[in-house]
Amino acid sequence: MGKRIDVRDLNVYYGTFKAVEDVTMTIEPRSVTAFIGPSGCGKSTYLRTLNRMHEVVPGGRVEGYVGLDDQDLYASSVDPVAVRRTVGMVFQRPNPFPTMSIFDNVASGLRLNGVRNKKRLAEAVETSLRGANLWTEVKDRLDKPGAGLSGGQQQRLCIARAIAVEPQVLLMDEPCSALDPISTLAIEDLICQLKNRYTIVIVTHNMQQASRVSDRTAFFNLAATGKPGRLIEMDATQKIFSNPSERATEDYISGRFG
Amino acid sequence: MTALAPPERPTVVPAGLAKPSGRRSVTNLAATVLVTLAFVIAVVPLVWILWTVLSKGLTLLFDQQWWLNSQRGITSRREGGGAYHAILGTLLQAAVTALISVPIGVLTAIYLVEYGRGRLARAVSFMVDILTGIPSIVAALFIYALWVTTFGLDRVGVSVSFALVLLMVPVVVRSTEEMLKLVPNELREASYALGVPKWRTISSIVLPTAFSGIVTGVLLGLARVMGETAPLLILGPYSKSINTDLFHGFMAALPTMINQDRTEALQPAVERVWAAALTLVLLVMALNILGRVVAHFSSVRK
Repeated sequence: MGKRIDVRDLNVYYGTFKAVEDVTMTIEPRSVTAFIGPSGCGKSTYLRTLNRMHEVVPGGRVEGYVGLDDQDLYASSVDPVAVRRTVGMVFQRPNPFPTMSIFDNVASGLRLNGVRNKKRLAEAVETSLRGANLWTEVKDRLDKPGAGLSGGQQQRLCIARAIAVEPQVLLMDEPCSALDPISTLAIEDLICQLKNRYTIVIVTHNMQQASRVSDRTAFFNLAATGKPGRLIEMDATQKIFSNPSERATEDYISGRFG
Repeated sequence: MTALAPPERPTVVPAGLAKPSGRRSVTNLAATVLVTLAFVIAVVPLVWILWTVLSKGLTLLFDQQWWLNSQRGITSRREGGGAYHAILGTLLQAAVTALISVPIGVLTAIYLVEYGRGRLARAVSFMVDILTGIPSIVAALFIYALWVTTFGLDRVGVSVSFALVLLMVPVVVRSTEEMLKLVPNELREASYALGVPKWRTISSIVLPTAFSGIVTGVLLGLARVMGETAPLLILGPYSKSINTDLFHGFMAALPTMINQDRTEALQPAVERVWAAALTLVLLVMALNILGRVVAHFSSVRK
């Protein structure tokens, strides 16, 4: 599991507004890639193009090439719903389905895609909850509502829900920004385990987090408000945080800018 | 260990922290009195109506006959008989109204919130607004013109329901719309991100999350149309007998039963008017309570 993502000359629009311009990058399989950059630089918007969530927003569209192991995700014959089964996503705020129990939350992706086999569902739920380091905490109360968990547990529940459908890639949009340091640590540990099986892309505002969890880091920036965001530099995380090639990157990570 | 002595209270308070001046206290008091007064004025008629209806109509309701018998063969002069025929008529017509209005209203709301973009959605929304403002007698006359004048059909129970549908659909659309808008967009996105198609997201995530609110809205709408009188006067002539056939013959309903004996001065008839009024109030109240109960038990689990 875990596939490579190739992006070439990607422009992302909201209606006529160009939000992200001219991104070309390769995301390695079974590794963690972090996106950093100031607010509004388009890193979340760009992340959402990797599983075609961007076009859910009215007026959202994309120009350019996004490939998953050589398959063009934006080819006209490709079903965006199928893309999202392959490329999962975890959001900034934990968002378990409020009408569902813990079990049902994790099983939701499979159930809503037509899996009815109870044994298979139960196995998938246990595997996913173990994979999200949540099993021991919730195994005795799987029928309790998912919204009753703590924020950090809810976020791990959402990760379990995302990996239950066995995606190839996991996109994480600031998954720890609403969590306390201990829950953040739990999620970071989890990310380090998950990267053995999945390709992980994480957007974060926390540069320590980027340096802790990621193998490669991409820095996004925008020239001015109202201008499109651009990829400034992408390199090994070690290099970005010790000896970046671009001046803007160095200014940003050392806090001299923005 | 010795307890720490509390710090001494300073006697002079700096100007910024001083208690409000006399003028502000008076304004505060005046506003409080005004708000309370408005509340009392709003509640007085409500309590008054309830009290009047209860005191004048309650005795007949304790009679088993009231709930089991019709008014067949009973003149204004005679005591006895019940409201079974009218209660049945009201419930049957309301049920048919709901059966037609709920799917139309809920689906329209889903269209407006989840799919509607651009000109068509704006047109639909505008039409719903207009429909909301239509007086019930206009809706009734419209159905009369269609049902009786154009198609030459009889005035039967179901024609009343059609007129009520016109009044209920906009209520259902608006309340369902509000409830769907309350469902956080994050839940829809979470579902899309699992590779769930849009229609399944709506049917399995959005609707269950908004379910209790939708049910409450529907029941409140239903309670409203159950008391509508104009469509009954035009399309549903009163009958003293039990009629369960919505497609043949006249069908009684509580508002027309009230209207029937309204002008009578004879004591038995007057008592029946009040009792029928109380029955209608109780029926509407029961629906409201049912709405709350459903909302309570199926509400989003916390």
